[in-house]
Amino acid sequence: MERLTKDDVHPSIVKALLDQETNVTFEDALENEMILNMGPQHPATHGVLRVLLRLDGETVVAAVPDLGYLHRGYEKMAENMSYYEFIPHTDRLDYISPPANNTAFCLAVEKLYGIEAPVRAQYIRMIMTELSRITSHLVAVGALAMDVGALTVFLWCLREREKVLNAYDIICGARFTTSYTRIGGVAADMPDEAIGIIKEFIAQFEEKLDEAERMLNTNRIFVERLEGVGVISGEEAINIGLTGPNLRGSGIEHDLRRANPYMLYDQIDFKVPVYNEGDSLARYFVRADELRESCKIIIQCLDKMPKGEIMLNSPKKVLPRKTEIYTKMEELIHDFMIVNFGVKPPVGDIYSGVENPKGELGFYIVSKGEGHPWKMKIRSPSFCNLQSLGGLIKGHMISDVVAIIGSLDPVMGEADK
Amino acid sequence: MEIKDKIVPLLQEQFPETNFEVTDFRGDLKIKFDASQIYPVCNFLKNHDDLKFNMCEDVTAIDWATKKNRFTVVYHIYSLENKFRLRLACDVQENHPHIASVVPLWKSANWYERETYDMYGIKFENHPDLRRMYMPEEYEYYPLRKEYPLMGIPGDLTLPKK
Repeated sequence: MERLTKDDVHPSIVKALLDQETNVTFEDALENEMILNMGPQHPATHGVLRVLLRLDGETVVAAVPDLGYLHRGYEKMAENMSYYEFIPHTDRLDYISPPANNTAFCLAVEKLYGIEAPVRAQYIRMIMTELSRITSHLVAVGALAMDVGALTVFLWCLREREKVLNAYDIICGARFTTSYTRIGGVAADMPDEAIGIIKEFIAQFEEKLDEAERMLNTNRIFVERLEGVGVISGEEAINIGLTGPNLRGSGIEHDLRRANPYMLYDQIDFKVPVYNEGDSLARYFVRADELRESCKIIIQCLDKMPKGEIMLNSPKKVLPRKTEIYTKMEELIHDFMIVNFGVKPPVGDIYSGVENPKGELGFYIVSKGEGHPWKMKIRSPSFCNLQSLGGLIKGHMISDVVAIIGSLDPVMGEADK
Repeated sequence: MEIKDKIVPLLQEQFPETNFEVTDFRGDLKIKFDASQIYPVCNFLKNHDDLKFNMCEDVTAIDWATKKNRFTVVYHIYSLENKFRLRLACDVQENHPHIASVVPLWKSANWYERETYDMYGIKFENHPDLRRMYMPEEYEYYPLRKEYPLMGIPGDLTLPKK
């Protein structure tokens, strides 16, 4: 964190900070209020988030988040590439949980095309989504613990995450940027070896989770630094647009897997954890409980998953299988057309929102009947969750800022698009 | 009665003067109407006892690259009680594009409208803090407009001092 002079801050940002009459100054910090720059290069901001803090002593009087340090213009790029080409880019949105983003995007495009993936592919997608929820929440809980000083749990969480990444590696050949789903299915079938690894992971995970939770929940420093910090009421949380675990930590039972079931979530039995306190500790509890629920969902999916196709057989909309491209003329033509010109969907616009680990990830696609979208808007949960940051920090000490950012769990790749 | 069938008759009853253009594509209900009515319509949808669209999920715009009605501002609002999502759309002309802000109704629209302003240059009237969201404050262009080239404009970003 560095002290700023007046020339460093753009006048409009200063105006946003100074929402009331005050004698703010950039010099003479001990006598007056001062403005402090936090980020974009700061280990506790989870990426390149920049927050300008107006301080009175150590108390935050006002805070203005400043975004855009990771803005890559994905919405512009999407307008200039076919739907297939955009799948790898979804990995880089919420880079902690790529398979969930892949699934969200493919569900949106499938809604536009009016097709649906085969049952086995849907179960595989659900398993991958829940695995990515586990990895995402492990990082969130671990990083939150690290932010408030409990480093051990961070290492334990990343150790568990590594086991899930091993499963990713076998399923789709990549540990991190998976690009696993395809429009109309998934890229490769889930091998038995991977199923074995997932089962093995879940069998031992509960115990490890208990261990980590015992460590945190009985840790007085951890609890006291989060309890009653960054409180937001349910009504306010809806108004400011929180979704996901952050909303459920404020006592609102809203989960798109329940509210508007997609894929086969309506056939799965799971609880939606809700806590009423609305503080940072409640948001941590929601995530910890969701880890257990995700394990339950994965076990049910593995039991119910039938054998069968993993890609839809719809030659004009879905890429044909490689073996058929090499041996059959028709398939070769379809493959050539789809790869070069894209699949032409009907004219219209759709919105598809799914429950991602961070909250509701939505894609709004406007089609003019061409192989590429006319407009694509990404409604990213981290962006909307970060909006509450300014209000949450207000009135807290500067050391609580770190805890509140950690409990909101933003990922800047997604917030900046 | 399904919530989907209720919305349009209720709106028509409340705003008899306004023309509501309703489309239903792939199960998404979209209502298009005149931009001057955006605030009263949103106010009605949010506060009506049966509808209660209490969450604004997204505000964005579409650039159609046409002379007339160049932009369409699109709102996605969600009713937690009815578990239903509704899309509202209003056309905005190219010359001095502007529309009323819905921030007084939903605080979450604050950043969405800033983003839309940043990317398309549409002014939201009565917005409390209409600054750019991602691009630098002194940036001259609106990147998501169709005339903005994909590769960007060389030299448009000034390097920081020092």
